[in-house]
Amino acid sequence: MAILLRKPPAVRSDEITDPAVYRARRQFLRGGAAAALAGLLPRDLLAAAARLKFSKGPFSTDESKTSLKDVTRYNNFYEFSTDKSGPAKLAQDFKTRPWTVAVGGAAEKPTRFGIEDLLTRFDLEERVYRLRCVEAWSMVVPWIGFPLHKLLAAVAPTSQAKYVAFETLHDPEQMPGQRGGLFGSSLDWPYVEGLRMDEAMHPLTLLAVGLYGDVLPNQNGAPIRLVVPWKYGFKSIKSIVRISLVSQQPPTSWNLTAPGEYGFYANVNPKVPHPRWSQARERRIGEFRKRPTLPFNGYADEVAHLYRGMDLRKYF
Amino acid sequence: MPMRSPICIAAWTCVNISDVSRDQVLRQIVKPLLFIACLLPVSLLLWDGLRDQLGADPIEEITHRTGDWTLRFLLITLTVTPLRRLSGWPGLIRLRRMLGLFAFFYACLHFLTYVSLDQGFDLAFIIEDVVEHKYVLVGFTSFLLLIPLAATSTHGMVRRLGGRRWQQLHKLVYISALGGVIHFLWLVKSDLREPLIYAVLLAVLMGYRLRKQRA
Repeated sequence: MAILLRKPPAVRSDEITDPAVYRARRQFLRGGAAAALAGLLPRDLLAAAARLKFSKGPFSTDESKTSLKDVTRYNNFYEFSTDKSGPAKLAQDFKTRPWTVAVGGAAEKPTRFGIEDLLTRFDLEERVYRLRCVEAWSMVVPWIGFPLHKLLAAVAPTSQAKYVAFETLHDPEQMPGQRGGLFGSSLDWPYVEGLRMDEAMHPLTLLAVGLYGDVLPNQNGAPIRLVVPWKYGFKSIKSIVRISLVSQQPPTSWNLTAPGEYGFYANVNPKVPHPRWSQARERRIGEFRKRPTLPFNGYADEVAHLYRGMDLRKYF
Repeated sequence: MPMRSPICIAAWTCVNISDVSRDQVLRQIVKPLLFIACLLPVSLLLWDGLRDQLGADPIEEITHRTGDWTLRFLLITLTVTPLRRLSGWPGLIRLRRMLGLFAFFYACLHFLTYVSLDQGFDLAFIIEDVVEHKYVLVGFTSFLLLIPLAATSTHGMVRRLGGRRWQQLHKLVYISALGGVIHFLWLVKSDLREPLIYAVLLAVLMGYRLRKQRA
């Protein structure tokens, strides 16, 4: 007697290729080849354009660098958001070309520099600096840039130039943080900062146009920003459009907002506590335990002499 | 002669039955579901932590999230009484203790994060921080105020203290919530929007109570 037994099929039905897909196999191959070719060419060209040519500059620390991921996802850039993870998302479409920086004021040769001009006129250097935020965290960032004094020399400051005033782009269309809301805006715009002339001329003071070998990511202050490593991070103004040589101490944004908390000088000083954060210690991003904060953020040998005879508790 | 509508009569006769069934739903369905919901913020925190999704400064993120939820649960707890009166459902009171204890739970997480992860159990630094920074002092005080409330949250403690005294003691929650809002206000640098939202919500909840008291 023959018994009919159901034999399971050799191939499971879900493993059988859909006929429509099977029929389109040649098209699939053609598309794949094109994609591979496209991926090969322009991406390398783009990368070459974004990479900057630079040499190793002086003053670099050999401390381990904060990861590119953390440097580019943890940003205080209130023009975009007061949330530190906000700028990475909200600055994506920020336009940094064309861009001009107007350098003038008490100068014999006031000049409007195009960003491409700035990228080629001065030799770019890599400077690995500590960055200490007033909020008691810190990073180590490999900046690419050139010393500010080179740019200032190019416009020939007059004897009237005692201070340098900096200004960030004011463009509420592009910078949502500048729009303000129901309770007003977080700061008065545009963001302004300032340095004393000798601070601005100091070889440590850098105009950064890149980091980690590439042009500055938008959330880090593209296309050009200041880096003053012995001062709290808020002095290092981002996305600069104007640099003016002036005779009087210029107003600075955080000082205008809370004069009792943020001074004009804002030198990193573990002995002068802030009303909110003890400045004695800091958390290096990526590390667990806090570390002691160094006077002038560890750059005392280079800059302490600038402030000789000054009461740093008064001029905090 | 005044007429009574059929709806009124139905309400009179059914009120007990419907209340009983509503309270049963509350106890057996709403409360367990709410309990799980209250655990969602801490679960999400753990989940994000395991996937390295807490950003560049995870300790700051944990501190902020647990702080936010402490304040939120305090405000949610303070909404129970107005909600009871407005909805005419006194049974809602059964949710209050659980919500209040969750506020305390998140406050504990917030406090422990600060003491352990942030300050590394360094007592000298903690004392200095509490004394020197007024927002820390206010936050610390608000946390301390919650401890006696959590400790006297059981039925046994209510009985032992007596309802009146218990109620007097538990008015500390208003001060604690106010302290929490001030803690947040004093902590932000310039963007006051978020703490002001909490301030407005607290003002509304307190305003309701003051009006009720006078009325």
